[in-house]
Amino acid sequence: MATELQTELAPERAAPKPAQPERGSAPANKPARAGRGALAIAGEKLIEFVIRLCGISAIIFVFSIFFFVFREAAPLFFQKHEPPAQPEAVVERHADDHSPAAKKFALKEFLFSKEWYPTSQSNVRFGVLALIVGTLSVTALAMIIAVPFGLGAAVFVSEFCGGKIKETLKIVIELLAAIPSVVWGFIGLTVMNPIIQDLFHAPIGLNMLNGAILLALMSVPIMVSIGEDSLKAVPDSFREAGLALGATRWQLVYRVLLPAAKNGLLAAVLLGVGRAVGETMAVLMATGHAVNIPFVTADGSFNPLFIFEPVRTLTATIAAELGEASEGSQHYRVLFLIGVLLFSMTFIVNLTADLIIRGIKKR
Amino acid sequence: MSKTKFARSTILILTIAMAACLTQPGCGKRDGAGGSGSVSKTTVQNIGSDTMVNLAQAWAEEYAKVEPSVSVEVSGGGSGIGVAALINGTAEIANCSRKLEPSEIEKAKAKHGSDPKEFMVGYDALSIYVHKDHPLNEISIDDLAEIYKEGGTITKWSQLGVQAIPGGKGDDIVRVSRQNNSGTYHYFREVVIGKKGDFKAGSVDLNGSKDVVELIAKTPNAIGYSGLGYATPEVKILKVAKKKGEPAIQPSIPTTLDKTYPIARPMFMYTPGNPPPHIQKYLDWVMSEAGQKIVKDIGYVPLPKS
Repeated sequence: MATELQTELAPERAAPKPAQPERGSAPANKPARAGRGALAIAGEKLIEFVIRLCGISAIIFVFSIFFFVFREAAPLFFQKHEPPAQPEAVVERHADDHSPAAKKFALKEFLFSKEWYPTSQSNVRFGVLALIVGTLSVTALAMIIAVPFGLGAAVFVSEFCGGKIKETLKIVIELLAAIPSVVWGFIGLTVMNPIIQDLFHAPIGLNMLNGAILLALMSVPIMVSIGEDSLKAVPDSFREAGLALGATRWQLVYRVLLPAAKNGLLAAVLLGVGRAVGETMAVLMATGHAVNIPFVTADGSFNPLFIFEPVRTLTATIAAELGEASEGSQHYRVLFLIGVLLFSMTFIVNLTADLIIRGIKKR
Repeated sequence: MSKTKFARSTILILTIAMAACLTQPGCGKRDGAGGSGSVSKTTVQNIGSDTMVNLAQAWAEEYAKVEPSVSVEVSGGGSGIGVAALINGTAEIANCSRKLEPSEIEKAKAKHGSDPKEFMVGYDALSIYVHKDHPLNEISIDDLAEIYKEGGTITKWSQLGVQAIPGGKGDDIVRVSRQNNSGTYHYFREVVIGKKGDFKAGSVDLNGSKDVVELIAKTPNAIGYSGLGYATPEVKILKVAKKKGEPAIQPSIPTTLDKTYPIARPMFMYTPGNPPPHIQKYLDWVMSEAGQKIVKDIGYVPLPKS
């Protein structure tokens, strides 16, 4: 989602420019031009069609995906008691359909129960509260780590370094974005796990902190590139005016540039959030994958060391369990409902980012 | 105007096409045993249990030397995935570290017309692992249940009489478990927690037998369960007593075969109905002395010689 929005963003930034080529190409359409056969015109039409198709396809994909995910989840709400026995849904999980535990699905229980027992033999429970809390807490902690680093790096790249360092930094930061998430997860599992155990005396190194550090590293590149873009979009006259008034560089950044670019920077942060919420593989490997609300201890009191608790996220749950949940079973549909939930969360985040960016453009 | 109309109709057509694609899952049914090609190798799809994946791989590699015309392709993922693939017809042999459930047999019968055929190919002593420096040497099934089951009371190592773990971080027990489609997970739930019970939430659920052992090797506070074949020098296998006060038994080949080790289990391969000759030959080889030697080499328990 994040990358999609990012690419969508680029043409908008460059909006004033494309107006010219369009005007330039307009005379080409006139038949008056000599030396253009019917074939060339037909070819152009064909290319135009293909390009149009490419443009529209994104919309179709998004809607088809949403339709598909929702279609798989929807029967949960229309079933009476037992899921309908589908003849083609042959893959079966032992507990799901046949045990008396396969009871009517309750949305309230889904959202507010922390008991996630999708394959229990006696009492199937689909409560994703712990998973929602896991996703949100890991993301929040990741942002606490990533925002200072990401925006700081954006300011540095945009304002404080020039020439070679700037180019090198940009390339290296882009390289950071190119590391596959499973490699991050591997680092979390093998490198960070023992370090966190020894450094913080935590009983297990696969925990919220581990996942959050990885997510922070993964979302920093997005923040830097978008943050830098929005700082660059601040007109130079602002800088000149600030310097003319005798502001130091720091004052210029703090008093002039950050307020002027604040919408773009906020969008950068939100895109980072979108990336973090949707990330799967790294958190599956690094957070410990335990159904656990980190803020509460076993006896119900507040746990001050919550960042060292293993947690589980919504995305990781889908990745780990969908492969085997039998098609058409309640477990399968609930996993798709989690997909809808995630889709809605990232949609809201990205929409907010988009609206903010639009706000900048209007000015 | 015509452009918008054009765009709209394109969207409509594509959406319909897309929807049509999505509503028809399972376009291509795989037929692994296509023996029509005269030169090509016959491939056999072998999917399932993560406990058995190394073993199945070793069998497949060795069998390639015995019978070069048959190539066995092994993949893991969990017993549940193997069973699902068997029922779907994407696997010709399913590895399973538990017995098939009656509902699964029914499904397979509905799909393939006959009961899946079961082949017992070895035993695994489900082993309880702790870190190699851990002072604990034995544990009872009752204590294991209290550690793992929902509502169980043991959360600290001191409750088991362990005072200090070398390299340990505090007193908490880190419970390592498996993802809920794993055959090992199901077996452990059945024999330790009780068929009606559930796991205590908050265990670290890993996706592979090997991952369990690797994590425990790096985590002094952890306890976990995995196949005997995954033992490494960096972890310690606990002796297991059936009840508190009874003698604890080390998992090994003799204690598995004479059934004194309480949580040993058979490992199975399933085929949908009677297998075709080339698969029957493979399974015969697996159960032969040559195949069973590999079971022992990998670290599991071979079938008793009869």
